[in-house]
Amino acid sequence: MSDDILRLSAAELGERLAAHEISSVEATQASLDRIAAVDGGVHAFLHVAADDAIAAAADVDSRRASGEKLGPLAGVPIAIKDVLVTEGMPTTAGSRILEGWIPPYDATTVRLVREAGMVPLGKTNMDEFAMGSSTEHSAFGATHNPWALDRIPGGSGGGSAAAVAAFEAPIALGSDTGGSIRQPAHVTGTVGVKPTYGAVSRYGAIAMASSLDQIGPVSRTVLDAALLHDIIGKHDHHDSTSLRDRWPSMAEAVRTADVDGLRIGVIRQLDGEGFQQGVLDSFHAALDLLEGAGAHIVEVNTPNFEYAISAYYLIMPAEASSNLAKFDSVRFGLRVTPEGGGTVEDVMSATRDAGFGSEVKRRIILGTYALSAGYYDAYYGSAQKVRTLVQRDFDAAFAHVDVLASPTAPTTAFKLGEKLSDPMAMYLNDIATIPANLAGVPGISLPAGLAAEDGLPVGIQFLAPARADARLYTVGAALEKLLEEQWGGRLLDQAPDLTQLIAAQEGAR
Amino acid sequence: MARAELMDFDQALELFEPVMGFEVHVELNTKTKMFSDAPNVFGSEPNTNITPTCLGLPGSLPVVNAQAIRYSISLGLALGCSIAQTSRFARKNYFYPDTPKNYQISQYDEPIAFEGSVDVELSDGRVVSVPIERAHMEEDAGKLTHVGGSTGRIQGAEYSLVDYNRAGVPLVEIVTKPIYGAEHSSPELAKAYVSTIRDIVVSLGISDARMERGNLRCDANVSLRPRAAAGEPAAPLGTRTETKNVNSLRSVERAVRYEIQRQAAILAAGGSITQETRHWHEDTGTTSAGRPKSDADDYRYFPEPDLLPVVPSAELIDELRAALPEPPAVRRRRLKGEWGFSDLEFQDIANSGLLVEVSETVAAGATPAAARKWWTGEIARLANAAGTDAASLVTPTQVAELAALIDDGTLTDRLARQVLEGVVAGEGSPAEVVASRGLAVVSDDGALIAAIDEALAAQPDVLAKIKDGKVQAAGAVIGAVMKAMKGQADAARVRELVLERAAATES
Repeated sequence: MSDDILRLSAAELGERLAAHEISSVEATQASLDRIAAVDGGVHAFLHVAADDAIAAAADVDSRRASGEKLGPLAGVPIAIKDVLVTEGMPTTAGSRILEGWIPPYDATTVRLVREAGMVPLGKTNMDEFAMGSSTEHSAFGATHNPWALDRIPGGSGGGSAAAVAAFEAPIALGSDTGGSIRQPAHVTGTVGVKPTYGAVSRYGAIAMASSLDQIGPVSRTVLDAALLHDIIGKHDHHDSTSLRDRWPSMAEAVRTADVDGLRIGVIRQLDGEGFQQGVLDSFHAALDLLEGAGAHIVEVNTPNFEYAISAYYLIMPAEASSNLAKFDSVRFGLRVTPEGGGTVEDVMSATRDAGFGSEVKRRIILGTYALSAGYYDAYYGSAQKVRTLVQRDFDAAFAHVDVLASPTAPTTAFKLGEKLSDPMAMYLNDIATIPANLAGVPGISLPAGLAAEDGLPVGIQFLAPARADARLYTVGAALEKLLEEQWGGRLLDQAPDLTQLIAAQEGAR
Repeated sequence: MARAELMDFDQALELFEPVMGFEVHVELNTKTKMFSDAPNVFGSEPNTNITPTCLGLPGSLPVVNAQAIRYSISLGLALGCSIAQTSRFARKNYFYPDTPKNYQISQYDEPIAFEGSVDVELSDGRVVSVPIERAHMEEDAGKLTHVGGSTGRIQGAEYSLVDYNRAGVPLVEIVTKPIYGAEHSSPELAKAYVSTIRDIVVSLGISDARMERGNLRCDANVSLRPRAAAGEPAAPLGTRTETKNVNSLRSVERAVRYEIQRQAAILAAGGSITQETRHWHEDTGTTSAGRPKSDADDYRYFPEPDLLPVVPSAELIDELRAALPEPPAVRRRRLKGEWGFSDLEFQDIANSGLLVEVSETVAAGATPAAARKWWTGEIARLANAAGTDAASLVTPTQVAELAALIDDGTLTDRLARQVLEGVVAGEGSPAEVVASRGLAVVSDDGALIAAIDEALAAQPDVLAKIKDGKVQAAGAVIGAVMKAMKGQADAARVRELVLERAAATES
């Protein structure tokens, strides 16, 4: 019974809850039991709020019992990336510098999922301050890919993706600054959506790069992502960059998905050199299916994407260097006093030295340099110009096509430790995902298949014009349906038995 | 601290031309802060008017206060500035514990208002046009209190306390261009300029403008350059110092004069001026070196990604322009007419920087004559003795209340001066001081008559003289009665009663 509950999608679970077939307490307990059973091997969670979760679930159950009308995901457990502040629940953003900090307020997205009756299970692991593509930069140890425990779960949101892929949670919240929702989805066989910049409030999301960060859903199905997107995609007066649009229902876009006549542009710059063969094969097979369903596949040119990574690695560290200045020991978090005491500057310096990991320090130094007088125009200024050129590439492409498509990342999940000493190789993981953040356009990654050479999941990415998030759900849902018909189920059904993997790993020690 | 050598002011002016520039910070009196909905209130318990944004907590974001934008535009217009169609906030990055995010949200290369001028009137009637470079919006920092040192400064302190109530209070910083040609009047112009800015923000109603509370703060830049011989080109500008947080009109004038004299002594002795900030010491009337300041201070400004550009509509600007109060010079002419003062009487008020106080006192119900008399008389005397601005001692409402208590016979002038002392000492409103000190005039005729009868009985010779028609002899009895009443009687009424009682007494 408990295992059946765990395999349900969030939407299916929501329906069973609404039909009084399952209680939220049962569903929540099933997730907590699963976490207890497998998270020792996966390490998706940094904090599990078991008592609060059961209390929240019981509350939803009693509201449902009293006849209150509840939303489609009411009573469904959810995992929350540790980048989002949660009132009364520790929040670290994967950093020692925030260890033990209990925020006095909820991020707007957290408030919205609570108000929707969803049940927060706890906080998921991530690269420190979302800086990384593997969770190996978490100060609290890496997360392991449920498909192969010696491999990365992607990053920075590897914890949320792994929690969902490991059936520890039906759904999760993530954040995406350069691909941190989509690339983990790609390597774990799950679905991840980065909404249009401004579609979801950033209030309470611990900022890495304010002009790039966006919060979004992490799930096992496109419909689940859409349902969560509908809950969190609301204007927020606490965030000046929050859009005031009246959005169409993303869930409705899923239910009415039809790609007949849809124009899909394949990004030539992200289809070939530097991409693993099995990744390209799955990608093209997926496009063939869409073409068979009536979509028009055309090739598009985005010449400036070539410079996107360089621009990103100036803008992101520049903003991060300023955003991370507040971690100084004065008002919250870690405080390290040098031996024999010292001035406030000495304490700030000692705290930041002890509290930040090497990747964070690397980016703070890069960003500080890029903003310095005399270098600003050459670095930050030029990067902003490239950003404009990338946006123009998107504008030009979307004049001819409805959505763009590419593999989500160049390779399947690489081994833990493999790229840790080579930051440039690590950064190249985000080559396909970064352009969307620079332009503020929305993107989705969903499972496309398994790579023949290693049997690991491959994701396909679709990008849409700003504000046209619904198109992602249309094309994503249509492809998902076609692929599942072909597979005879979900891609995650082909994942190895996690308890056996963990037992084997423990046996090997 | 060694006292600096000073050159005689006139001699300094013979050798050098002073050039000044001012940065005036105006705290806006909006209901909430610049970027959060925390209350913008002075004097609360520390760290009570705060939100996650005021503390720079992880995840918090700024949102611009629309009222602060309107106030800033109004101020820009009143300074004769152009209003930018698009202005932008930027981050000024530096680490300091009073700055919660370790960056200040300010405006950098795209301020909301730029290129204006302000006419400033000097005591001799000359009007100097002070050129304004820009007025930009920013957020205030928190307030640090250094504990354990003898100076109250961070050096030598054991620890420091931070109050973030002020963090995020909206500020407009008004920056002048270099001001040339003020010569001997430089110190006076400095004071008159700040006073004029104060008049403007008060008439706009956008700031409480209490300098002693830091609502209005002035940083004064002063440099000297040697006088060119006839026919020679002007020398380049000298190195400037920036005297920070000069927080009274009186101090602005003194600080500028001091810096001119100090710099002249150094330059004349062949020394050079260090480009630095300087602290003003109210008690000694001197400045001391702060931190070195170079034009290359690197704050790593970049556009604030959490905020959208400020794009006021033309309609909004027109609406605010139409609602502007009259310019200070026009206002002065109007007030002088309304109040019916002579040139001399009016200058007396204006030159003391008390225009705001007098007009607000009149608005609170006092006669112009009473308002002028109290502000330029007793209150100015007390302020002078305390080495501060009159405005910092009492409020216009309190002065109006005092005048009303005199008008209704509760107080005599003499008693009112004692009440004023109580108000200045923080004992409460005039009515409260009257009650707590028991200072009201004794208006109970019964009590007065008893005292008079007693005095007359004690001085039969005087009584005889009065009855003889020698009315001036009554003075001795009046004095005795006033003494018995501890001064709390109306002398005119006592005199009336003395004459009445004397006539009625059987001799």
